[in-house]
Amino acid sequence: MTNHWVDIRNANIIVVMGGNSAEAHPVGFRWVIEAKTRNKAKLIVIDPRFTRTASVADHYAPIRTGTDIAFLSGVIRYLLQTGKYNKEYTLAYTNAALLVNPDFQFSEGLFSGYDEATRKYDKATWSYQLDDQGFARRDDTLQDPRCVLNLLKAHVARYTPEMVERICGTPKETFLMVCEHLAGTAAPDRTTSFLYALGWTQHSIGSQNIRTMAMVQLLLGNMGMVGGGVNALRGHSNIQGLTDIGLLSTSLPGYLTLPSEKETDLAAHLAKYTSKPLADGQMNYWQNYPKFFVSLMKSFWGDNASSDNNWGYDWLPKWDKGYDVLQYFEMMSQGKVNGYLCQGFNPVASFPNKNKIVASLSQLKFLVIIDPLVTDTSTFWKNHGEQNDVKTEQIQTEVFRLPTTCFAEEDGAIINSGRWLQWHWKGADAPGEAIADVEILAGIFVKLKALYAKEGGAYPEPIMKLSWAYANPMEPKPEELAKEMNGKALADLPDPKEPGKFLARKGELLPGFALLQADGSTSSGCWIFTGSWTQAGNQMARRDNTDTGFGNTPAWAWAWPANRRILYNRASARPDGTPWDPARQLIKWNGEKWVGSDVPDYKLDEPPGSAMAPFIMQAEGLGRLFALDKMAEGPFPEHYEPFESPIGTNPLHPKVVSNPAARVFKGDLADMGKADAYPYAATTYRLTEHFHYWTKNVRLNAILQPEQFVEIGEALAKEKGINHGDMVKVSSKRGYIKAKAVVTKRIKPLTVDGKTVHHVGIPIHWGYEGVAKKGFIANTLTPFVGDANTQTPEFKSFLVNVEKL
Amino acid sequence: MALQSQDILRRSASPTQPPVAREHKIEVAKLIDVTTCIGCKACQVACAEWNDLRDEIGSNVGVYDNPADLSAQSWTVMRYNEVEENGKLEWLIRKDGCMHCADPGCLKACPSPGAIIQYANGIVDFQSEYCIGCGYCISGCPFDIPRLSQKDNKVYKCTLCSDRVMVGQEPACVKTCPTGAIRFGSKEDMTAFAGERVEDLKSRGFPNAGLYDPPGVGGTHVMYVLHHADRPGLYSGLRKNPTISPVVKLWKGLLKPLATIGFAAAGLFGFLHYIGVGPNRPDDDDEEDQA
Amino acid sequence: MQVTRRQFFKLSAGGLATSTLAMLGMLPQNALADVRSYKLLRATETRNTCPYCSVGCGILMYSLGDGAKNAKSTIFHIEGDPDHPVNRGALCPKGAGLVDFVHSENRLKHPEVREPGGKEWKRISWEEAFERIARHMKQDRDAHFVEKNADGVTVNRWLTTGMLCASASSNETGWLSQKFVRSLGMLAVDNQARV
Repeated sequence: MTNHWVDIRNANIIVVMGGNSAEAHPVGFRWVIEAKTRNKAKLIVIDPRFTRTASVADHYAPIRTGTDIAFLSGVIRYLLQTGKYNKEYTLAYTNAALLVNPDFQFSEGLFSGYDEATRKYDKATWSYQLDDQGFARRDDTLQDPRCVLNLLKAHVARYTPEMVERICGTPKETFLMVCEHLAGTAAPDRTTSFLYALGWTQHSIGSQNIRTMAMVQLLLGNMGMVGGGVNALRGHSNIQGLTDIGLLSTSLPGYLTLPSEKETDLAAHLAKYTSKPLADGQMNYWQNYPKFFVSLMKSFWGDNASSDNNWGYDWLPKWDKGYDVLQYFEMMSQGKVNGYLCQGFNPVASFPNKNKIVASLSQLKFLVIIDPLVTDTSTFWKNHGEQNDVKTEQIQTEVFRLPTTCFAEEDGAIINSGRWLQWHWKGADAPGEAIADVEILAGIFVKLKALYAKEGGAYPEPIMKLSWAYANPMEPKPEELAKEMNGKALADLPDPKEPGKFLARKGELLPGFALLQADGSTSSGCWIFTGSWTQAGNQMARRDNTDTGFGNTPAWAWAWPANRRILYNRASARPDGTPWDPARQLIKWNGEKWVGSDVPDYKLDEPPGSAMAPFIMQAEGLGRLFALDKMAEGPFPEHYEPFESPIGTNPLHPKVVSNPAARVFKGDLADMGKADAYPYAATTYRLTEHFHYWTKNVRLNAILQPEQFVEIGEALAKEKGINHGDMVKVSSKRGYIKAKAVVTKRIKPLTVDGKTVHHVGIPIHWGYEGVAKKGFIANTLTPFVGDANTQTPEFKSFLVNVEKL
Repeated sequence: MALQSQDILRRSASPTQPPVAREHKIEVAKLIDVTTCIGCKACQVACAEWNDLRDEIGSNVGVYDNPADLSAQSWTVMRYNEVEENGKLEWLIRKDGCMHCADPGCLKACPSPGAIIQYANGIVDFQSEYCIGCGYCISGCPFDIPRLSQKDNKVYKCTLCSDRVMVGQEPACVKTCPTGAIRFGSKEDMTAFAGERVEDLKSRGFPNAGLYDPPGVGGTHVMYVLHHADRPGLYSGLRKNPTISPVVKLWKGLLKPLATIGFAAAGLFGFLHYIGVGPNRPDDDDEEDQA
Repeated sequence: MQVTRRQFFKLSAGGLATSTLAMLGMLPQNALADVRSYKLLRATETRNTCPYCSVGCGILMYSLGDGAKNAKSTIFHIEGDPDHPVNRGALCPKGAGLVDFVHSENRLKHPEVREPGGKEWKRISWEEAFERIARHMKQDRDAHFVEKNADGVTVNRWLTTGMLCASASSNETGWLSQKFVRSLGMLAVDNQARV
């Protein structure tokens, strides 16, 4: 979230699209209700299903799964055509006026630079026109046909209300009603808040779904505003933290990048990521990349990292490509992987095409399960009848199952969607012999290190050089680890402004990332967390809930970065410093510096009216309506059909049906179904009564939704002779599940491209382990293809058939 | 906790007057705003968790309702109903449970001294220890709430978390409600708050929005805000004009004096029921509530 | 007559025998009113955060014992933290049922191994678990570690073993996991953010 949970209450229009917040985030949703009851806000839900969120909405718009880009591009067209957007904001704070490379093109579904053989783009033309200083050229009159705004207008011209209806199945009048509500928040004193979740990410076009909405928010002038923003409601309690700490194939903590093999030395790596401004007078915070990177290296390797050995650059692994889970399970299925560690993760249930996952795990030599609960993955080798029909004796995988503590039995911090690091405390001991995850990691690591010390082996240096300065090497304490992430001064840090004084003395915990250095005099495991545990103590443990305005509680826990609660908040004021809306002034210029109820997201002493634009993490300081080369499939969003499309064509460009830049493995492409055999659009989702695959182990939740079911609209049920509670078989090209049928008025057939499209809803929460009634893994059905940027699987749009049993 | 509280209004089947000196108590109420309820069932869980109840793990019968009905282990359940009003789909979700009537039919029907009491704050509480499992409270309840446990042959229902309320806390379901659809306070405050909600609903296209606080049972200490207060039957058969069952009136008026005569009364009671209800009578409630 | 058939049957089934007893006067005497005792009076209260979704609701965990050394603490009730700015005491159906997660019959309690081709779990000690896992990892790493790529560039990566990291684990666990995997040269590292 750029904003935070309580801030939702300040919105005037709340759009829930690509998510179902009442069910997946019920308590966060209280602030939606609060906005309705206290702020007279209107709630609009756009979803293939009439969800429990829709049950309390003012307006509901049905949409075919996987067509959100078409809908939102239609909104952009409406805003631009009617002129109902915040023109001052758009001109000053977005790249609308910047001029684009003359060779950039879009035609018949493809942008310039496409290579069909590799399914990749050469993105050279996806760039600005630069002047001789290397700054992007701009035309503030917006007359130049190559300026971003004019290219965007041309790009979205095809998304007429009629086309939106034809692709999405949303009635034209309903679509226009939504447009009007959104357009109303182009006024400087009104905002829209978009709440989304996995309903947008889990598509082959997931990233662009979100991008299209972000563009709407920029045009409406809602970014940086109280009650506005782009609000990703993350799916798990610390998925934010794990992402912040860079536990992804090619990431490092704090959104630094793990070096690739193309960056053959430290200088090359730093040069690539230390970006230069694309506008005169612009601050770009990534100019500090070397400080963050070197401080991280000091945390990794301690005293072993020095300028002489490039801070241990060689000890980091270098990647040739991303090893995301789809890539890795493809390799596993080919027998190229031997070992796998699953820490609090249930891939058999969580990854697409469950049968492929189980077959892949069966090829491993060893699998280590680290979990507080029995998972389906831990017993993938057992035959569970139809639900997991394997030959146990043929599976040669050695499986270890290690019990861990759960939340209640350990100290530590987790990060919510509002980026709050909240410390928690242990309330009881773990059952049996269960121990904390860190003790398990330490146990294995210390053992490995001893083996390498004794026997030698392949490149032991990074193992031997890793900093492991914990009081008890077998049991690193959460406090020790948290302080390590915060970082400390490794030498006295003199204050450049006042000779003789120091910003921090050697050994002190650092108060903020501004103190980090690239010369090895500071350490920090995750620069965006610097300030979370300072000399003043554990800031994450703070519990003062004083509201400083607009529901902001800056003394409750600690938010990254720098305890800032609303990102990009400089954009809440005009270039001249006056607020867009005097009733929600977040920060203001006091003559010397920016101050306010939130920590300003800007150079503190940069006066209003300067050339410095508000989005200081971007090279040009502007919100990007044109994404340059940052996206895999194009700088403008374009509607592409799901890989399994119920209409089998793309009404905009029949030759390019689905995302041309998505990576699909050969065997998986052969496993895609067509509408003739699998005619129904299916989507998977959570129910409010359950959390993922955990609560099937929790009796109180098993009571609430005991048994697996699928949801079918009355029209389809009638066609198939299916009644409430009948058992049905739902099949995709990849497998089948059997479940009870919930027949409902809440799923209606849509007319799409002249065809009737029925949706089938598939809740995910069952499996062959748990205290709830045993069920099938819903991901038996889902396709093994991901978003072209993130490789997040397309769980939300695929094809199935339904039969009554 | 004092064994004998002096803030009791009424006690079942007790010829003696309960101590009522401390009757100057604030009347409490739980307000359930079905228009902001998302049907998440957090109240069901919080109720079970606080009260140490665990129902059976049931099955899916083609709807979201689960457990499918109230039971001795489920003192509150959500009831879901899909209706189409003016071409617009509405998913009406109602938390069902004891209404804590001001004029409690269960208490009036109960033959066991002190098994059901009504506190001065309005809470109607079962004292299970004294419950004899006769089931009269079940027939006495105009909302079909109490349930007999097969395990101990005693009847159970929502206590409005009398144990929490007595120490100054709100009931577990109220505290946990994610959207604030369930609120708790003085009956006066809840009525006033309901008024604000009704006004907001009227401005959003629900001209018949209103408060459900049925006078037929003297008003209730659990009230609903409904979008369609003119048709409570839309909400999974919430009764329009609930009153105490005539059976209870019979019992009160005719049978109670016979109690001293002994067990002959029991047979007679059953017989009267049969005469009164009849084997094939259409169900008046259902008809009324379909309206 | 406002008696539903259902009410009538219930009455008939459970009612007659006991009501007869009641009328014979076999009733508990001295029926006194009493609310159930409040169960949290001196329990230990510990602040924590709900581990499910990303709203990050504050919770209060109540455990047996007042912290005395001789008392073995166990959590018996969990409810929302009313001071928390987001949830203000509320919890959803998952959060409200956390106590059944803590005490789930499916909590793992001992390290176990399933041998290749085996049909059952076998309990092992932590020492044996660490020993065997470390041995597996070292063998695989030593056999398949890639120091240089085809172009002779130093890459120092290990591709034949990977790790999935837990999105409900703490930052501190995440940080140690990051150090663990990178020092070993792993690239196949992922967490639930991917899916």
